[in-house]
This record gives sequence, C-alpha cells and structure tokens, in this order.
Amino acid sequence: MKLAYWPGCVSRGFTTELHGSMALVADRLEIELVSLDRANCCGAGVIAEHNQELADTLNARTFALAQQTGLGMMNICSTCQGAQSECQQRLDADSAYRAHINEALSDEGIEYVKGKQGFENKNFLWVLVEDYGLDRLKAKVTRPLDRLRVGPFYGCYIVRPKHRLGYEEHPDRDLYLERVIEALGGEVVTYDGARKCCGFPVITMARDTSLRQAGTHVSDALDQGADCLVTPCPLCHLNLDLQQPEAMKVVNRDESLAVLHLPQLVGLALGFEPSELGMNRHIASTEWVAERLVGVPAS
Amino acid sequence: MEQATASTESTTQSYTLKVRRFKPEEGEGPYWQEFEVELDPTLSVLDGLLQARDREDGSLSVRCSCRAAICGSCGVKINGNSTLACLTQIGEAHEGANRLDGGSKPIVVEPMGNMPVVKDLVTDMESTHWEKVRRVTPWLLDDGDPPERERIVPPESMVDITQTIACIQCGACVSSCLSMEVDPDFIGPAALAKAYRFVGDPRDVESRERLYDLAQDPHGIYDCTHCFSCVDACPKGVAPMDQIMRLRRAAGDEEGIDDANNGRRHEKAFTKIIEKKGTLDEALLLQESYAAGVKGKLMPKPAAIKGLVGSLPTAVRGMRTGKMRSLPKLIPGIHPKLPGDAQRHVKGIYAHAEEHHTELNLYITGEEDVEPEPDEEELSQPEASSGPKENE
Repeated sequence: MKLAYWPGCVSRGFTTELHGSMALVADRLEIELVSLDRANCCGAGVIAEHNQELADTLNARTFALAQQTGLGMMNICSTCQGAQSECQQRLDADSAYRAHINEALSDEGIEYVKGKQGFENKNFLWVLVEDYGLDRLKAKVTRPLDRLRVGPFYGCYIVRPKHRLGYEEHPDRDLYLERVIEALGGEVVTYDGARKCCGFPVITMARDTSLRQAGTHVSDALDQGADCLVTPCPLCHLNLDLQQPEAMKVVNRDESLAVLHLPQLVGLALGFEPSELGMNRHIASTEWVAERLVGVPAS
Repeated sequence: MEQATASTESTTQSYTLKVRRFKPEEGEGPYWQEFEVELDPTLSVLDGLLQARDREDGSLSVRCSCRAAICGSCGVKINGNSTLACLTQIGEAHEGANRLDGGSKPIVVEPMGNMPVVKDLVTDMESTHWEKVRRVTPWLLDDGDPPERERIVPPESMVDITQTIACIQCGACVSSCLSMEVDPDFIGPAALAKAYRFVGDPRDVESRERLYDLAQDPHGIYDCTHCFSCVDACPKGVAPMDQIMRLRRAAGDEEGIDDANNGRRHEKAFTKIIEKKGTLDEALLLQESYAAGVKGKLMPKPAAIKGLVGSLPTAVRGMRTGKMRSLPKLIPGIHPKLPGDAQRHVKGIYAHAEEHHTELNLYITGEEDVEPEPDEEELSQPEASSGPKENE
C-alpha cells in the first residue's frame, strides 16, 4: 500500500512523537508514505474564519500536490481531516468556483481535479479500517494489549458534520477507534467525552471553557477506569496532555491519565517499546501504560 | 384504501422507548421508564411517545404541535443526539440505538440538554434560550426615519441571511452545545445565529455595535469551540456555527474590532504565519496571539499579558519533559519555511484570495449536479471509487 502523506503542522512541531511513531508504524505495516513536503497548513478552520477562499485555495494546493503523485492521500490529524474536507466539499460542489481556485494554482503548474483517479483524503484511522483492514492489522499484532483499558477520543473534526465526512458511505466512522482498540487486544472504555470537544480551538480565547472541557473528559475517563486515552488528533492531544495539569486544576482533581496518539497505540501492539514511540515526551505520565504491558513482551 | 390499510398493518413493529421521566410534583428525582409501542418504522419517535401517552400513561409530558418539523416544539435527545422527535423515524432511531451490536436495546429519549427540566421531556427554554436570544437585540435597528412605503433592498443582499432566517427556535443546537455544557453563560448557537441575521441585514444600521458587543463579551463569539455539534443537531440546516464564524469574520476582518478575548489577534497571527512559513510555527502563534508585535510596535493589552503569563506553566512543563526539547520549537520565528519555491507559491495564493475574497455558501447555491469533467472520465479506474489507491 502506497499513499501520499500529509503529516500536518503540529505532528512536526509540538508533537514530534506522533510523526515519529507514524513513520515506524507505517514501515511495519508495509504502508509506503510519500511525504508531501511542499504542502501547506490546512488552516485548521482559523484561516477560513479570515477568508474562506484563502483556506479553500491552500487546501486545493495540497490536494493538487497529492494528485500529482497519483496516490490517495492520508493525514494523521482530525483537524486537518475536517478543515480539508470542508474545503473539498466546496471545491467539488461548484465547477466555476473550482476553476477560479485553480487559477491561483496555475503559476505553480498544478491543478485540483475533482474525483481524479478516485482521489480521497483519509485520516490514518479511516485508512486502517477501510483500506488496510482490521484482520490484516490483527495479523501484525505481536504484543496484544492485554485488555489495556483504552478510552477513545475522536476529535470533533473527524465526527462532525456527518454530511461532509463521508458518513453516508461509511456510517460507522465514529466507531472505528473502538474497533481498532479491540483489534489490538485492548478493552474499550465507554465514557461521556469520546466524541466531545477537547477545547483546544479556544485555549487562547476562552481559557476556562477550554480547560474545563479537557478536564471534564479526562475526569470522566478516569471514573470509568481508563488506563489511557487514544486520539487521532494532535490538537486534542495538546489540550488533553500538554494542558492536562492545568485542566485538572480547573476540575479540582489531582490525578493524571496518559493520552496516546493513535500510531503509538498501534505501535505498542506491533511490538515497539514506549520509548521508541516517544511516549516519554508526554506531559501526563505514560508509565502506567508501560507497566501494564510489561508482562506481555513483544514476541 | 384497503390496500393502504393492509400495508400499514403488515409493517407495524414493536419498539421500546426508554424515557427519562421527571415529575417535580412528586418530589422525587428523575427516573427511567420503558414503554412498548407498536407502529410503522417510518412513523416518528414523537408518534411513539404520543402512543405511549395515549395507551399507557396520560401523565407523560412532551411538548408538540405541528408534527411536521415546522413549529420547533418537540426538541428532545434521542440516543444522545439533540433533534426533533417528529423528524426522527422510529425505525432509524431503533437502528441507531443498536448500531454497536445489532441487538434490541431500547430507544433512549431524554429532555434537551443545557436546560432545566420542567417535567419529563418538557424543558424550560426561558433562561437558556429566549433570554439569550433577547440578549442579541433580535430586531432590526434601522436609521429611525420610517420610509414612505417600504425599505427597498436588492434581493441578492438578503440572500446572505436566508440561512439564519430558516431557524425555527427549537433549541436543538442549544441542547447540543459543548461550550454551553461547560460555560452556561455562553450566548450560544441559536442566539448568535440570530445575531448574524441582523448583522448581515443591509437595513440594519447598528451592525458594527452589535459586532463590538459580541466580540468583547467573554461569552460571545470567541467562546464557541468550533465543535460542529450545532451543525449536526439543527433540523433546518441553519448551521449556527457557520454563522458564528461569519460573525468572527465580520468583526475581526471587516470591522477590525480588536477584542479583549484575543480572537482577532489569534486569527490574524495564524493567517500571517502561514503566509510567511507555509506551515504553523506554534511558538510564534502563541507569542503573536497574546502579544502581537511585542518586539516592536504594538503593546499587548493587559488581558493578553494575563493570557501569556497563564500559558507559561504549560510551556515550562513542556520543556521539562522534552516535549518541546528541540530549541527551534521554543523560539518564535526559527520554524523552517517550505522547501524551494513553494513558499512563493503560497504567497501567490494569498494575493489571489485576498483580492477576490469569494465566499461560497452551499446552503444557498446548492451542490451542482455536473457531468464528470472530460479528463475525469478517461482517468477513472474501476478501483478508483474505493479509498486511497493501493499501488503495490
């Protein structure tokens, strides 16, 4: 399997452990990733807030660069998925608008073509379930997660709005994390926050709202006995992990909960050590997760 | 006629509704009660509730009127999703309740969220909906001189607010709002969508004042966490969050309102960084969001300094654990640019988009039903319809 790969900004900035673990995991799963080094930020919904056309053109450029490779495109960030799907919906909806946007790309000699070779942009989570296949994934597991209790945390942009994110064709996309956790030998923790907002988008604007959201979800997962959370979104990771100590203060709780990136959870089951996956770089300690798996050496 | 009756009878099925009951007059807390109902899967959850009331318990309270998604009275939560009971087919609700394991779990019906419950499924919308709607001055503020006949505006200038006019005040968006869940003072999606209805109206002469008010309020437009819950919940396609983003665009960009919440600063900083660097320099974003141009011209506002100081413990922790170990990640501005001439092309895109500033609203224009473009047809491969392509 070979895919054009858009790692996003944050996986190469504040969460390099995500980018690194994705590379290891892709290699072991025999997924070849062709990195889109020239591509630009998706705008994360913020640029669209300033100028919708600008956000649409920036993402049309990324899609055009991916289409040049002749491959499908993969991202590892719920926010990239949502922001890019929003722009793609507008680009695909109107040929005159698309032509107008492509004008801005002509200088670089590239073009976004609707539906070219069945072009799709998918988060790693969707690729795993829909294209790679859970049976194939299971066959690669060398260290089943020994009923590690994992709470899924999706990130808003990959679950809403449903009409824009392919839910008509794939209605269970908001259940994939649960399926992956089970395929890896973990146990799904059901708690209130799995599909709620981490609060990250307003951390610099409405800090209390933001931290209260993150703190509430971590708290709920702890109450349900989670060993850790897992998320396909590095921005959620920033609020749930990096901001966790502040968030827990807001909800008056003195505990912590490890928050793993999706490729890290997959990587553990594929036999990588926590340190190889950069889990020592997290703010909320991941030691408990490592201890839980200590009795299950990678075969 | 006979045929219709026969077909209705043959498709009638049994469903279980698990309803969250609350009878304040009995002095007890809320409790769950299950009702068995029998009806066609294409009939609504509201039909099911009314059948349960008629056949089993006349005290079961639910607010409803038109039964056709027009009046907006029957807002509830069905399997956790805020919606109208009359707009949700009971067969689909049953499938929704059992999508995990295909079993026969009951359909869960609760009163709307973020609101006090009056009785059973009836909520008090006064404090969390109507009061907030009144908060945004939901009427036209014109120039005061009544025209001789009517105020004439070109039809296209009203198109912009068509989407917000579709609101039926059902409260489903308020019920679903994840910001309001943690901040009950948030003005909220319904009221803010209503605000855009007047901000976008060419006859309104107080648009700037409205925007200033909503941008400065700590529970205003910058308190929305951009979670899309209201977009999915709205039964009329109003997409309240989209309207909030348009309010932000109008306040920050068009009116240049420098709000105390750092909303405009954050958006400007983000946009500027991508123009310069192509990808996000988070350290620079943090610095610029709180204290734009601290190196030179502008002085940050007191609120911004407070915000910057507030974020320091987080940054220090990040350094300690090695999360931000590499130096370039900590120093604003050292972040690498895109390779080769890519950055020049990104700048070109900025120039083009800033010149045109096109805003495409699919609610108004719809999605065109186009023939495939010529090159699509010849490029399309049989396997092309399924996901990212495999090239092995």
